[in-house]
Amino acid sequence: MDWIVPFILTVITASTPLLLAASGELVTEKSGVLNLGVEGMMLVGAIAGFAVTATTGSAVLGIVGAMCAGVLMSLIFAFLTLTLMANQVATGLALTIFGVGFSALVGSGFVGFAIQPLPSLSIPGLSSIPVLGPILFGQDFLVYLSFAIVVGIGYFLTKTRAGLILKAVGDSHHSANAIGYSVIKIRYLATMFGGAMSGLAGAYLSLSYTPMWAENMTAGRGWIALALVVFATWRPGRLLAGAYMFGLISVMQLHAQGAGIHVPSQFMSMLPYLATVIVLVIISSDRAKIRLNAPACIGQAFRATQ
Amino acid sequence: MIRLEPRRQHSQAMVYLSPVLAIIMTLVVGGIIFAFMGKNPFDALYTFFILPINNSYGISELLVKATPLVIIAIGLAMGFRANVWNIGAEGQLTMGAIFGGGLALYFYDSTSVFLLPAMMVLGAIGGAFWGAIPALLRTRFNANEILTSLMLTYVATLFLSFLVHGPWRNPEGFNFPESRPFPDAGLLPMIFDGTRVHLGTAIAVFVVLAGWLLLSKSVIGFQLRVVGKAPQAARHVGFRQKRMVWFTLLLSGGLSGLAGLFEVAGPIGQLQSSISPGYGFTAIIVAFLGRLHPVGILFGGLIMALTYLGGELAQMTLQLPNAVTGLFQGILLFFLLACDVLTKYRVRFGSIAAKGRTA
Repeated sequence: MDWIVPFILTVITASTPLLLAASGELVTEKSGVLNLGVEGMMLVGAIAGFAVTATTGSAVLGIVGAMCAGVLMSLIFAFLTLTLMANQVATGLALTIFGVGFSALVGSGFVGFAIQPLPSLSIPGLSSIPVLGPILFGQDFLVYLSFAIVVGIGYFLTKTRAGLILKAVGDSHHSANAIGYSVIKIRYLATMFGGAMSGLAGAYLSLSYTPMWAENMTAGRGWIALALVVFATWRPGRLLAGAYMFGLISVMQLHAQGAGIHVPSQFMSMLPYLATVIVLVIISSDRAKIRLNAPACIGQAFRATQ
Repeated sequence: MIRLEPRRQHSQAMVYLSPVLAIIMTLVVGGIIFAFMGKNPFDALYTFFILPINNSYGISELLVKATPLVIIAIGLAMGFRANVWNIGAEGQLTMGAIFGGGLALYFYDSTSVFLLPAMMVLGAIGGAFWGAIPALLRTRFNANEILTSLMLTYVATLFLSFLVHGPWRNPEGFNFPESRPFPDAGLLPMIFDGTRVHLGTAIAVFVVLAGWLLLSKSVIGFQLRVVGKAPQAARHVGFRQKRMVWFTLLLSGGLSGLAGLFEVAGPIGQLQSSISPGYGFTAIIVAFLGRLHPVGILFGGLIMALTYLGGELAQMTLQLPNAVTGLFQGILLFFLLACDVLTKYRVRFGSIAAKGRTA
């Protein structure tokens, strides 16, 4: 049974970036904005985090840099869709295409660089408890942070005034505007939060998951995060379950060979993508549930009428 | 503060001007980026956009690169008009290459004149099949076609990789991940000697014409336009959304598959693990650059093809990373979407109060 601890550890590291990116997108979508540029924001976050860490030697600065980069990316999106009322789907695609190119351009100077991976927590005594020690007390701080963020978002959306306003804006922007809330400002903030989380998710990939930079290193995780939000029917608790389920599926290929399962590696690599399709189908076919939970104004442009 | 004032009518001038404006702004920003990278911006822009096409071979290569972009974008534009977002054209292109190319590999010693036409039909079927999956999932299970079509792109690319690493690897090759070369009967004839301009380029022009006829003269084309512009009106008069989803995904999938077959039966001549530098994604930009109109797409395809050629040349002569191409494409799409606002709104600077005083 000595494989079980390393297995759980890889599931955690594979799930964390999905969880971070999806929780940011969940807040963005709750405000009525559909940002399909998660993949691009993650990539720019990944290279920003890596570049800053490699040049300053500080992972903390790297993480801050990645989040700032994610916010800047989301601001491009917000300006185009919220201020100029451009189509959200097309703009999100543009953000991803731009992010892929921009990160590859900046990253071309950082290929082959080595950095210190993010340090793991190490509590004397606790971290060396067999099995539970390394799993519960031996992660890097972003893993703990990802859990805290999910709990925080759940609390924010259901228990705070600001969270309720955010949901009101997402469900009926005209009513929210009529009672005096600034729809555009709130959507800007929600979109920026999504950008920061995507940047953070990218930083997790380039600083912890594989401490290096490679072109397109997100490999579709941004899109899977988008699907996760639908899977979770916009509820943070289910997001956690979904992210860990996808993490589990995506590391299966690493362990299948070891377990003596000989399927061509390409078929194992297909699993997360196929699983995304299947999960989307299962969740989406329950139309009533989607209609009940999806923000009613998602993807719609808003223009205040004076 | 920027304020947008709706126009009573869409500005016709802006419909044509906005793409031009977007291109100019992209060039300016591109020049600034080149300057930041320590290159002379004028040299770099010249290398990127003029040098590749200042000779006849360059122009022929432009046509070769524009061919798949135009064919794919015509199909995608039909869907975008009806709010059907197929972004998995890259996967449909790959499936078309696998289906049609597979036939060439099965009959690898054939000399039949029917081989190539059969490959084209199979290529289109392969792409349409891959587009039919998101159509089925959307119409039957309500699943978002953006996500499913993109996920299927990863699946198709991995499947091609499996084929050329495994069962379809050239038995007489040197263990490279590539198939046998296609037989001569399975290769597209060249239109101009000494170039790589192939039959597919002529078919691309035909696709543009057919697309234009479909959109402006046919009932389904009319429905596509109405569904996109006024979905509620379309529902009232009984246009069926599901039919639109099926039609646009099968059409764009089929055209993407055909484009993929043209790539492997034309410039490449065999199956490899990588058969496209992202034509399926770039075609999305081409569709917007052409304002979702077939004739516009023809021009848009040529311009985006130029970014590929310019990128290759800049990589060789200026040591710029190839990623510059993608960056340019992304920035262009941003500006296109931003300039699109000008067709529907007037941009006013200043606050609302200021307007009240003048009025």
